[in-house]
Amino acid sequence: MYQYDSYDQALVDARVADFRDQVRRRLDGSMSEEQFRPLRLMNGLYLQLHAYMLRVAVPYGTLSSAQMRMLGDIADKYDRGYGHFTTRQNIQYNWIKLDEAPDILADLASVEMHAIQTSGNCIRNTTSDQYAGAAADELVDPRPYAELIRQWSTFHPEFSYLPRKFKMAVIASETDRAAMRLHDIGVQIVRNAAGELGCAFYVGGGMGRTPMIAPLIREFVPLDQFITYSEACLRVYNRHGRRDNKYKARIKILVHEIGKEEYSRQVEEEFAHLLTQGIEPPTAELERIKAQFADPAFEAGASDALDRSDPDFALWIDNNCVTHKQPGYIAATISLKPVGGIPGDASSDQIRLMADLARDYSFDELRVTHAQNIVLPHVKKADLYTLWQALDVAGLGTANLDQVGDIIACPGLDYCSLANARSIPVAQKLSERLAPKQQEIGELKLKISGCINACGHHHAGHIGILGVDRKGVENYQLLLGGCEGADTSLGQITGPGFDEDGIVGAVERATDYYLAQRENGERFLDTYRRLGMTPFKEAIYAPNSVKNGEPANG
Amino acid sequence: MKILTGNDLQSGAVTWWDGATWSLHVEDSADVGEHGEDIAARENAARRVVSPYVIDAEQSPDGIRPAHIKERIRALGPTVRLDLSLKPADADAGMWVI
Amino acid sequence: MVETHLRFRDDEPVGDPAVTVDAFGDQTNASAVRLEPGDEARDLLPYLERLKLIEVNFPAYTDGRGYTSARVLREAGYTGELRAVGDVLVDQLAYMRRCGFDSFAPEHPLNAADAKAALARYAEVYQSTTDGRLPVWTKRHG
Repeated sequence: MYQYDSYDQALVDARVADFRDQVRRRLDGSMSEEQFRPLRLMNGLYLQLHAYMLRVAVPYGTLSSAQMRMLGDIADKYDRGYGHFTTRQNIQYNWIKLDEAPDILADLASVEMHAIQTSGNCIRNTTSDQYAGAAADELVDPRPYAELIRQWSTFHPEFSYLPRKFKMAVIASETDRAAMRLHDIGVQIVRNAAGELGCAFYVGGGMGRTPMIAPLIREFVPLDQFITYSEACLRVYNRHGRRDNKYKARIKILVHEIGKEEYSRQVEEEFAHLLTQGIEPPTAELERIKAQFADPAFEAGASDALDRSDPDFALWIDNNCVTHKQPGYIAATISLKPVGGIPGDASSDQIRLMADLARDYSFDELRVTHAQNIVLPHVKKADLYTLWQALDVAGLGTANLDQVGDIIACPGLDYCSLANARSIPVAQKLSERLAPKQQEIGELKLKISGCINACGHHHAGHIGILGVDRKGVENYQLLLGGCEGADTSLGQITGPGFDEDGIVGAVERATDYYLAQRENGERFLDTYRRLGMTPFKEAIYAPNSVKNGEPANG
Repeated sequence: MKILTGNDLQSGAVTWWDGATWSLHVEDSADVGEHGEDIAARENAARRVVSPYVIDAEQSPDGIRPAHIKERIRALGPTVRLDLSLKPADADAGMWVI
Repeated sequence: MVETHLRFRDDEPVGDPAVTVDAFGDQTNASAVRLEPGDEARDLLPYLERLKLIEVNFPAYTDGRGYTSARVLREAGYTGELRAVGDVLVDQLAYMRRCGFDSFAPEHPLNAADAKAALARYAEVYQSTTDGRLPVWTKRHG
């Protein structure tokens, strides 16, 4: 993985000093909260429902074991013994003190980490495929390109006061594991007809109030021009993105309002101009970064055999492990969704354990997924059972990847001052209610957001839940049919909302209906797409239907 | 009644105006009447609070009860981690929020 | 000590008041113009030769359109004074310099020591702009 050179280190160190000075000026009164707020946001520090919250960047979701260990230590030293992994591959701490924040940034800098631009109207953390470097189906490892984007976007002097936040994702496979088209810019590394590598640019996706799937803006940008093209995309947005209305300020609104052809035309014009300015890093820089993402020293001829005699282990292999490009290896997902647990949360002890396991079994490397789980990307099959046993003992061995218990949930009203309803108790109840049927149901991506900002990605859930405030009482809307892959689709609302117990019953009726109707190994999403909303809606809202002893809408 | 809540600038802790200073406990809240905005502005400028705002609340048998669930969660702590709340020993504390 | 005007040029400042873009079109002898956030910087490109001062207004420092205006003008070859006015805080100075601003007339006076520290804080930069600073990737590869 990427390692800082003295330049990278100098930059994060300078940023720590910068922020330390800004905090000093805030605390001594030289700066008002109004002046300070955008600056602290650009260092990932929010004032939240209970305390300051710090969002630490995990660039394209990749962590070394030393970095992971530091994240665990920070949770103990400065917070309350746990961290929350987010839907953008970052980690959040919920109980930070302002005067300690610069010290946390200094500790992070000591392991080549930071909280730069994890909030604010600037370019945020670029996310990627959690199996990058391990996946058999990738064209190339997308992360060097994500690292180039990270450096280009860090402290960008022109794009630090955009109309709104800006999120990018990079993938390099046909299977989109990073929800690429639901980003402001999604980049897919592709090959053209001549066999050359380049970037397809999708611009104008996003969730929130007005979810949109990013249209293809340019089919192919040569690799040695893609930073310049990105700059052109951002410049047009900075210039023309709406600034009159916070809810209409994302680039998706601009692309939608002027149309993708016009947006593309403006970008081409700016691109042609910027190509004369020599702003693209040289190919040597990409090569330098790529060299740091070379394969680890895989053992050639490692055994592909797995002893499946332990049924719990066999289930975990089948659910949580995916084929690796290297024979004898596997990429393993550590579920942070134990039954009835808080999705994405891990205690400091669990974090340190995962760091140790990565050191011992995964060439020192971990990934944070946008589904709020952790991946050990390069595990030798011979080590897998030992690894799983260690995870199991620590409550990290739940075999539910992409199943209904693998819930994505934002922190919701328990933690977030933007929320309208709590999301975590709903996740916990659904996890417990559906656990007995989880294996039978199979793949079902359930996503819960506590408000329309959609940090839980509910629009992209096969089943999505949106928490709303109905006259001061928490209420939940149910959506079906969202999908974040290459066949991206947005969920549709089923009908009237439910209270907390009602939504649990409604989801169960939807899954029961699926089980009754599925054909030929269909997933929930497939059956829904085949049958449509109408019969599902009937099953969910069936009048006077009594399921498991409770009325339909109660 | 109208009460005032904010966060401590340095620690980030949720605080409630008790008439003279800022308390960690919602039950200490004073009725600020029509003066909430003025108090908020003064305290904010003096850096004794950050992001203060006025909310509705009522006197109830359990003490002062913020009108909206969000502020009740703010007063208590995360309902899903009562061990981190202001009432870790009270298993029923979460019910007060609803 | 406070600064009401920071300037990084050796020549004499222009005395003329900066006119609006609209008015500028009619005044063939004006040499100073003010760009508002919604103005198109490229509208000034035909007049760069005679312009001695371009002010870019930041009514709210969170409106970052002025950064683009500045870069566009410098990329087009403008060598006159490029001044940031309005809601300019110490914390924006470094980015503004990188975008091509060489003078600042902030609405609220700046602390001179803070301004100096802010401008010196980042010894390295990741991006290439017209400010002449070598980006890290040039230093890495020559």
